[in-house]
Amino acid sequence: MSTTSGKFLQSSLGKKLLMGLTGLFLVSFLIVHVSINACIYFNDGGATFNAAAHFMAHNPVIRVVEIGLFIGLILHAVQALMLTMQNNKARPVKYAVPAGNVSSKWYSRSMGILGSLLLLFLVVHLANFWVPTKQAVFNDMEHDTFAGLKEVFSKWYFVGVYMVGVISLGYHLLHGFQSAFQSLGLNHKKYTPMIKSFGFWFSIIITLLFASMPITMFLGLIK
Amino acid sequence: MSHGNMNLTLKVWRQKNTKATGKLETYKVTDISPDMSFLEMFDVLNEQLINKGEEPIAFDHDCREGICGMCSMYINGRAHGPKSAITTCQLHMRSFKDGDTIVVEPWRAAAFPVIKDLTVDRSAFDRIISKGGFISVNTGNAQDANCLPIPKPDADAAFEAAACIGCGACVATCKNSSAMLFVSAKISQLALLPQGQVERTSRAKNMVAQMDEEGFGNCTNTGACEVECPKGISLENIARMNREFFMANIKE
Ligand code: HEM
Ligand code: SF4
Ligand code: FES
Repeated sequence: MSTTSGKFLQSSLGKKLLMGLTGLFLVSFLIVHVSINACIYFNDGGATFNAAAHFMAHNPVIRVVEIGLFIGLILHAVQALMLTMQNNKARPVKYAVPAGNVSSKWYSRSMGILGSLLLLFLVVHLANFWVPTKQAVFNDMEHDTFAGLKEVFSKWYFVGVYMVGVISLGYHLLHGFQSAFQSLGLNHKKYTPMIKSFGFWFSIIITLLFASMPITMFLGLIK
Repeated sequence: MSHGNMNLTLKVWRQKNTKATGKLETYKVTDISPDMSFLEMFDVLNEQLINKGEEPIAFDHDCREGICGMCSMYINGRAHGPKSAITTCQLHMRSFKDGDTIVVEPWRAAAFPVIKDLTVDRSAFDRIISKGGFISVNTGNAQDANCLPIPKPDADAAFEAAACIGCGACVATCKNSSAMLFVSAKISQLALLPQGQVERTSRAKNMVAQMDEEGFGNCTNTGACEVECPKGISLENIARMNREFFMANIKE
């Protein structure tokens, strides 16, 4: 029998594998990110938080991981765009009566939109914090990230943008976390229910944690 | 009108041929028994059209008992109508109410072009099967079944996958028109059995390649296919197909 298959990463399943791997890699970053941010709850004028932020901004290992993170994010977003375009092309004539929610969850059908909202949010987010920190590091200046946080989250419209971003993230993960395992071929009678419930609680908890930060700062609860 | 019978409004997709642009046409049917199947109701409608000298509606059907997979109809937003895990021929009119409006569309997918009205060309599935949905065995007497011991869980999983009737409801219902439930059922059925081992690697690679080439979309794990599949083919098969494909690509 001849082998007619093309390049692995150009195949549908190869692309899905990359989607799942990059998605889970981004999830691992979220865990680090939320832990650092939670340092604001020491409520010590940002001393602990700034120490953690300083470590992250100067540690060489973290610098390398950061490059990996950007590559992962770009791969994930580019692949998502290609898959979504292909999927739209696979049904040129739409149904007059759409299926709605009877056979699937709305957020599982909206990964492209949720991801795009996330991407837009990330642009704002990087401009708020990543760019100023980088500028300071390049100019060899000390940077008070905590002061930056307070400044940004004193404005209601930034708090609004962060809520939209964080809720998009929550729904993206609600489907994406368990979906990634399926894409990697990991589906098991015993373990899949555990992965699903872990993914569910993980998505909710990480959303609430991230959402709590702008809100508590806006309300002036963090000194 | 005898007791419990229904009058219904139907909106049915009419399209002369693959190239023509189609549209939904409205028809009325009266005195429909709740015990009729959905296809029998269509027979009544077609009789009505023929008597009026109009072109009857083309729709696929064959066994009318849920085993051939021909009766592709997308009814009120759902493949095979409002119930899960059945075909259109197994759908009864008692699932509807007097006065209902029912919209009937063909399967929608670039890979399943409309031939006429509600009939679509599903030969893309045949081309996928021809790339590896078979085993090569010599003809002659079948050997004794006990020569090939198969663990019961594997036999069960293979049997469940083999229940796929190739109806295409998974493609029709998937937001991405993905054929992965179908292809994964066919790959699983053979990958789980000793007879399927010879072509195991090339099967996974070639069937997936053909699936991609036919223009089916990519699975995003929404799970809609599993809900609508008349044979209850499970998403576990898609994960197994992914594993088979990854392993095949590592091997060669
Ligand atoms: C740049 C913005 C992003 C876009 C445009 C995007 C888009 C997508 C799309 C379209 C999918 C595929 C849908 C599916 O498989 O069901 C997906 C899957 C996924 N995304 Fe994202 N995403 C983005 C950012 C993120 C981030 C920041 C994370 C994690 C923190 C993430 C985690 C995941 C996971 C875990 C999956 C599941 C992978 C799979 O099903 O194989 N995504 N994303
Ligand atoms: S997997 Fe189910 S829905 Fe898809 S073709 Fe087979 S029987 Fe039909
Ligand atoms: S006509 Fe054969 S399955 Fe419905």
